[in-house]
Amino acid sequence: MKAKLVTFVILLIFWIIMSGMFDGFHLTLGVLCCLLVAFFSNHLLFTEAHPPSLRGCLGFVVYLPYLFWQIIIANIQVAFIVLHPRMLDKIDPHLFRFDTVLKRPLSKVALAQSITLTPGTITVDVHDEQFTVYALTKDAADALPGEMEQRVARALER
Amino acid sequence: MTLVAMLLILAGLFFFAIGVLGILRFPDFYSRLHAAGKSDSLASVLVIVGVALYNLHDFSFANVLVSLKILLIAVFIYVASPTATHALTRTALVLGIEPWEKGKKRR
Repeated sequence: MKAKLVTFVILLIFWIIMSGMFDGFHLTLGVLCCLLVAFFSNHLLFTEAHPPSLRGCLGFVVYLPYLFWQIIIANIQVAFIVLHPRMLDKIDPHLFRFDTVLKRPLSKVALAQSITLTPGTITVDVHDEQFTVYALTKDAADALPGEMEQRVARALER
Repeated sequence: MTLVAMLLILAGLFFFAIGVLGILRFPDFYSRLHAAGKSDSLASVLVIVGVALYNLHDFSFANVLVSLKILLIAVFIYVASPTATHALTRTALVLGIEPWEKGKKRR
């Protein structure tokens, strides 16, 4: 029930931003549509086994600035490599695997997307506990799993 | 406000340019994907925030809504772009395209 309610609220906020109309007709349509979608497909966003919680939401909000800061640092590093005249000496691409402690599918997805978003590393595959990551440099590979995994764990695991 | 917006857009364009340069310079498919798929993680957000700010130069409720919509583009890019990069890399690996290693010629 809680999962459906939160899905409904998120959808409604999205509807209001997208429509920008505040008369009765459009709002009623919005509420009806959001109710229908939330009722039939809320499991795409949250599962009843892991209903959304305020703590998870807060954790995610705290995690975002950290992620963005990482993206900025990593982008500058990659910009440096790209502009370096002897670029081929600087890069050392290789595949590597590591096991994660994360249990929930949502937090695994969050970690995989974060790894791909920070330049220098791409998540190739996530299979059960094993992440396959393609790293552009040795430094980028050494930084994983490390702090980012812990932060995701703190934000989304419980 | 307009000045900040312009600076943000210029910084975004700079990182996009780096991305394009990366696509041209990197040695193989995988490292090119690094440049192609990721420069936009920072660059697109800089450009989008810049445009959203610029849109607010005459402040009204309607403009705030438009700016929010512009910011939503960034949210979708953040979900879609890593997923696409991931799908491309994995497909290439499954098809058996060999990654470039140190000492080999660039392709």
